[in-house]
Amino acid sequence: MNIQRLLAMAYKETLQIWRDPRSLAVALLMPLMQMGLLGYGVSLDIKHVPLCVYDQENSQASRAVVDDFTASNWFTISHTIASEAGIRRAMDRGECAAAVVIPVDFSRTLAATGSAPVQAIFDATDVNTTNIAMGYAQGVVAQTNATIAARWAASHGVQPSLVGRVDFEPSVWFNETLESRNFIIPGVVAVILALVGAQLTSLTISREWERGTMEQLISTPVTPLEVMFGKLIPYFAIGLLDAAFCLAVAVFWFHVPFRGSIGILFVTTALFDLVVLGIGYLISVRIRNQLGASQVALLLTMLPTTLLSGYTFPIDQMPAAIQVLTYAVYSRYYVTILRTIFLKGGGLTDLWTPVLGLVAYAAIIIWLAARAFRKHL
Amino acid sequence: MSPDSPAVLAEGLTKRFASFTAVDHLDLRIEKGEVVGFIGPNGAGKSTTIRMLCGLLRPSEGRASVAGFDVGRQPEEVREHIGYMSQKFSLYGDLTVRENLRFFAGIYRVPHHDLGERMRFAISMAGLEGREDVLVRTLAGGWKQRLALGCAILHRPPILFLDEPTSGVEPEARRRFWDLIHELAAGGVAILVSTHYMEEAEYCNRIALIDGGRLVAMGTPSELRQRSLGGDLFEVDCVPLGAALKALGSAQGVVEAAIFGDKLHIVLGQGGLSAEELPRFLAEREIRVGSVRPATPSLEDVFVRLVSTTRETRAAS
Repeated sequence: MNIQRLLAMAYKETLQIWRDPRSLAVALLMPLMQMGLLGYGVSLDIKHVPLCVYDQENSQASRAVVDDFTASNWFTISHTIASEAGIRRAMDRGECAAAVVIPVDFSRTLAATGSAPVQAIFDATDVNTTNIAMGYAQGVVAQTNATIAARWAASHGVQPSLVGRVDFEPSVWFNETLESRNFIIPGVVAVILALVGAQLTSLTISREWERGTMEQLISTPVTPLEVMFGKLIPYFAIGLLDAAFCLAVAVFWFHVPFRGSIGILFVTTALFDLVVLGIGYLISVRIRNQLGASQVALLLTMLPTTLLSGYTFPIDQMPAAIQVLTYAVYSRYYVTILRTIFLKGGGLTDLWTPVLGLVAYAAIIIWLAARAFRKHL
Repeated sequence: MSPDSPAVLAEGLTKRFASFTAVDHLDLRIEKGEVVGFIGPNGAGKSTTIRMLCGLLRPSEGRASVAGFDVGRQPEEVREHIGYMSQKFSLYGDLTVRENLRFFAGIYRVPHHDLGERMRFAISMAGLEGREDVLVRTLAGGWKQRLALGCAILHRPPILFLDEPTSGVEPEARRRFWDLIHELAAGGVAILVSTHYMEEAEYCNRIALIDGGRLVAMGTPSELRQRSLGGDLFEVDCVPLGAALKALGSAQGVVEAAIFGDKLHIVLGQGGLSAEELPRFLAEREIRVGSVRPATPSLEDVFVRLVSTTRETRAAS
């Protein structure tokens, strides 16, 4: 490899990126857009679930229950109605996702037995939301229970701790304290790198074929390795800059805790950058038109990174066969590393398996890419 | 390259694409400082031949050496010694004149201390002084082509392959381009240039005429004229034309006679009637002769003739 040719290649490519509004937009605006979109838009927390209240009794005790629902930010009362049929109507129209029915003898039963049933109805067309809303409802009820139990115990001269009526759901509380955003945002970095890295590089060779400049280029003594590294250098730098930007936004804007080592983060990010650039370059060499190349790049990077990396869908909840498949997805390793570094602060001792996975992947991809380009028509 | 080896030597060079033979056992020899015109109809195999000689396509059969290096086995050595202009304009339109030159200078490893001088030379040769920082895609065709030539000779290659460099360029700019080609050839550069402008064939030292992937004829323009006609062409001003045509048609040494406007065109071969004897020959047959002048057939006629006779003999065999 000759340094003069390598630099000539890298400089030319940088100029072309700089003058191409589309490349520039992908390189600079895409991370900003995606970070905002995914940082704000993708959240597994559910707030302000529209709630329909059917309070048959309308007593002080029943209103206290309703107040507990509204006091939590998870539910907002959309309807207060006076019949069973009203619930059905509101749900059919999609005006509420959940309903609470307080029976007419609520306070009487409570006073007599120290316990009273409250019915909660959920619109389960969106199973995911329903599950989470149910968890929240249980949390609210548990809160109410605690208050009532304390009061009941006091009025009956019993120590509250001995009553033990509170139905405590630890998983609900876990969700309440830990924002899902903290899990998601570190993974967003992987998605953005995959998108920007592979999208930009997937065009670099095909563009030369389309514009006819490739024939001139391969008639010169430039070697395939000089072409590859010369072209990848500017994209590698863009990838690292984008990653740094995203990581800064994650920490300083979204306040995701960062507990690990910056050094390991840098090295693994560089490795992941190499993998996605190599994939983009391979695609570019194989597919000689820009549109096709960018489509395939999307398919090979965005899709596995969003679906199979564990970025949103936990890998241990996938079917066994799919779980095995995720080992072939390079983003899986990087997402694991990111989460560990961010949230757990693990060092190399905890991370050696995913780091090794990433190293192996980078080595294979770059080896394939280096062999892919041939100086023939 | 040893001092007396030819710049380009092809022997039985053949390229097949599936069942189609684009170039069929082509022999070609180009000496240093020679401008060889590559002429032939579209699809004759000109571009395919040039691409093989540049090492961009592997020959299916036969061999070729460029600057003494085998194009199949030593393509990188070949590329060090050639400059190539492809048929389609192939510089970077989103780079400026200077940036394109600097890029190719880097790729060809032009030594740093030579860079300024060579770039100035290329810019002045292309007539682009004052436009160094203009984006190349905004340049007119003639300038683009001269800049492409400038990029192709930055490393001072001894051999140039130019594939239809003047197509789509206005006549004035085409003439300037040919002046550049001759300047380079005067400096010892061997140049193979394909064109479909017949008048440009006149500017070449030798012409390689190619049709259906095969070399039909190769020689200087005057050699090709003679060969195509089988003799020398004369324009005879005489009356009556009909009688003259009849008399000459059966005369010995007359290869061909035809009425051309109000005159007679005849081709005289070897060992028969000569141009000097012609007035007397006609006068003896009571034909009044005004003048006998040697005529030059257009190269277009020559090529059409050579191609059609070759096709006929091929069809017959």
